[in-house]
Amino acid sequence: MHKFLFRVSAFVLAIALVVPLLAEGEEGILDKVKNRGRLICGVNKELPGFGFLGQDGEWKGFDVDYGRAIAAAVLGDPNKVEFRPLKAAERFPALQTGEIDVLIRNTTWTLTRDTDLGADFCPPTFYDGQGFMLRKELGITSLKELAGATIGVTAGSTTELNLADTTRALGIEVESIVFEETETLYQSYDQGRCDAVTSDKSQLVSRRQSLKNPDDHIILDVTISKEPLGPVTVHGDNKWNDVVSWVVYATFSAEEHGITQANVSTFKPENTENPEIKRFLGLDESGGMGEKLGLSKDWARQVIAAVGNYGEIFDRNLTPLGLPRGVNKPWTQGGLLYAMPFR
Amino acid sequence: MVACNNGAGGYKGIPFNRQKTVVNALRIIKNMQEIKPPAHTTGSVRWLKDNLFNTWYNVLLSCLALIFLFFAFKGLLTWAFTEAKWGVIPANLQLFGVGAYPREQIWRVWSVIYILCVLVGLSAGMWGGLTLRFALVLVGICFIGGLSPFELSTRGWFLGAVATTVVSLFLGRGRTGLRPWILGAWLLSFPLIMIVLRGFGENGVLTSNWGGLLLTLILAVVGIVVSFPLGVFLALCRQSNLPAIRWVSTAYIEMVRGVPLITILFMGSILIPIFMPGLDINQVLRMMIGITFFSAAYMAENVRGGLQGIPRGQHEAAQAIGLNYAQTMLLIVLPQALRSVIPAIVGQFIALFKDTSLVAIIGLIDLLGVARSVIANPDWFGLQAEVYLFAAIIYFVFSYSMSYGSQEIEDALRVGEI
Repeated sequence: MHKFLFRVSAFVLAIALVVPLLAEGEEGILDKVKNRGRLICGVNKELPGFGFLGQDGEWKGFDVDYGRAIAAAVLGDPNKVEFRPLKAAERFPALQTGEIDVLIRNTTWTLTRDTDLGADFCPPTFYDGQGFMLRKELGITSLKELAGATIGVTAGSTTELNLADTTRALGIEVESIVFEETETLYQSYDQGRCDAVTSDKSQLVSRRQSLKNPDDHIILDVTISKEPLGPVTVHGDNKWNDVVSWVVYATFSAEEHGITQANVSTFKPENTENPEIKRFLGLDESGGMGEKLGLSKDWARQVIAAVGNYGEIFDRNLTPLGLPRGVNKPWTQGGLLYAMPFR
Repeated sequence: MVACNNGAGGYKGIPFNRQKTVVNALRIIKNMQEIKPPAHTTGSVRWLKDNLFNTWYNVLLSCLALIFLFFAFKGLLTWAFTEAKWGVIPANLQLFGVGAYPREQIWRVWSVIYILCVLVGLSAGMWGGLTLRFALVLVGICFIGGLSPFELSTRGWFLGAVATTVVSLFLGRGRTGLRPWILGAWLLSFPLIMIVLRGFGENGVLTSNWGGLLLTLILAVVGIVVSFPLGVFLALCRQSNLPAIRWVSTAYIEMVRGVPLITILFMGSILIPIFMPGLDINQVLRMMIGITFFSAAYMAENVRGGLQGIPRGQHEAAQAIGLNYAQTMLLIVLPQALRSVIPAIVGQFIALFKDTSLVAIIGLIDLLGVARSVIANPDWFGLQAEVYLFAAIIYFVFSYSMSYGSQEIEDALRVGEI
C-alpha cells in the first residue's frame, strides 16, 4: 500500500514539475504582457501605505505604484494593470505558475528565495529593517534592557525568527506573545498586554499613529534585521527581469536628475543639454535605451509621467504615514538608492 | 362556523323557526369575543409575573440576569454610541458594495439590480405572500437609499429601482397564467446578469475587479443554484442499483466531505495552474467551481436523508400505476423527500453563504476582504471593531432572511404534517 501511495505521489510530482517546463520557454513574459495588453501584478491588499484598496475602489500604495509604473513602461498606460491580492504563502506559487507577471508585495530578498523558490529579485525599492516599539515610560533605550519583557510578534513571519536569533545572541530571555493578525497585535499592545512589539520599522511607524496616545511610544534606535523589499520576477526570464529592474532604476534616476511628474513634459530635445537625461528620456536621435529593453523609445518618460520619480512615489504613499526617508534616499544624499547608468 | 361565513346573506337550509335561535347564538358569540379577559391575567406584565417573578428564587435569578445583561451591554452600548467612529461605514459603503468594481462602469451593477427589481416585482404581483413581503422590503431599502445623502446620481438610481419594482408589481398583479414564464425568466436572468456584469473583453470588467457584497452574493447564488440539482443528482446516483454509478458517487461524496473547503479552494487556486498551464480560468470561476462541488457533496447527503425517509411502498405504488423511473422520482419520491429535508438544505445554503468568506484567503476581495482592506487604509486605522461589526450585521441579515424564507416555505408546504 505504501509503495502504491509512493508511486502515485511520485507520478503526480513528476507531472507537476515537467508540465510547466514543457509549456513555458517559447514566449517570454514581456511578449505575453504586450499581447495580453494588460500586466498582472501580485500585491498585498492590506498593508498600509504599500498596498490596499482605496475608498474609491482604486488600488493605492507604494508597491501598487510600481505596478502602474511597469504597465506604463511596457504598455504606455498606467491603468492597464490587473492587481491580484496575494497572501504571503501564496505569492511564490503564483509567480512560478505564471499566474502573475511580477510580484510586488513587500517581499524580502533572501538567498533561499533567490535560489530554491525560483524567484529573480529586482533592485530593492524599499530598505526596511526590524525594530522595536515600546512605551516611553519604561525608560528603555537598548535591546539588553528588554530582558524579561513580553514582546508581541506576528505568527509565521521572519520577524518571529529574527527576534529569537537576536535574544539568543544577546543572551537575554524575553517572553514573546505570538499573534495571528497584525491588527490584534497592535490592539493588544495598546491595551497593555505586552511591553513591546517588534516588526518592520515601516510598520511600527505607521501603526504608532493609530495608537491611543502616539507620543507615549518610542521606536528604539536599533535595527535587528535587513529587509530589502522589491519587485520579483520568475527565475529564468532575464529579459523580463531587465525590464522591471530598469523601471525601478528609472524612478531612482529621475530623482537624481530632478525630473518630476510635473516637469517631465517640459524636457524637449531642443532645450535639454544633459546627454544622460537625453538618453534617459529618449530625446536623442538613436532608438535610445527603450529598444534594447524591448520597449518604446519614451518608456522612461511614460513611467515618470504616470507615477513620478522615487521621491514622489514615497511622498505620496509613505510620508503621510509619518515614515521618514531614512536610508531610502538617493546615494548622492547618503542613501542606498543607486541607479545604474543609462548608457 | 358555516353560519358565520354566510354573514347577513340569510341562513339557507335552516328552518325558519330556528333561525332566531341561531341569530341569538351568534350574538352571544360576538359579545363573548368583545369581552376581554381582565388586564392582570394577560399581556406582558402577566407573562413576566408567571415566568420570571413567580417564586422567590426566580425573582432572584431574574434580577441577577438583568444586572448581568446591564453590565454586559453597558460596555457595548457606551462604545457604540460614544467611542465608535461610525464614519468609516458610510465613507466606504460603495467599497463594501462592489469592491474594486470600476466606478465608471457602475451602471452595470445597477442594470443587474433593475433586472432583479423587475423580476421580483412581477413575481410579487403574481404570487403575493412571501414574495410580496420580499418585494416590499426591497422597495423599502431602495427608498431609504434614495433618501440617504449619497451623490445625486446614486439617489436617482435608488428611486428608479423603487419605481421599477412598484410598476412591475402592478403589471404582474393577478396574471397567474404567466407564472411559468416568470420562472423561465428567473433562470435566464442568471447568465444574463453574468454577461452584464462582465461585459466583453478588455473593455468589460475583469472578474478580478468584482468584489464586496456583489462578489459574496454572486458566489453564494451560483453555489446554491448549481449545487442543489447537482446534489440531488449525486444522491440519486448513490441510491442507484448500478454499482459503478453508486461507487463513483459515493467516492466523490466521501472524498469531498473528507477535506475542508479551504483546501479545495487552495487547490483550485494553486494546483489548477500547475496541472493545466496555459489554461486561463479566472479566479472567480475557480472559486465558484470549488464552492459548488463542495456544497454539492453535502447537499447530496441531505437529500439522501430525505430519500431514505420515503417508504418503499411509495416506489411500489408508483410502479404499480405504470410510472417509469424518472416519473417515479420527479413526481412521487423527490417532492416528498425534499419537502422533509428543507431545514437541512437551507442550513447548507446558509453555511455556503458564510463559507464564501473563505475566498478572501486566496486573494479575492469579497465582503470580508473589503473589511480587511478598509482596516488597512491609513485613514481608518484602528477601527476594526466597527468594520467587522458592520460586516457581521450584513452576513446576519442575509442568513436570517434565508432562514425566515425557509420557515415560510415550510409553513406553506406544511412540513411535519402528514
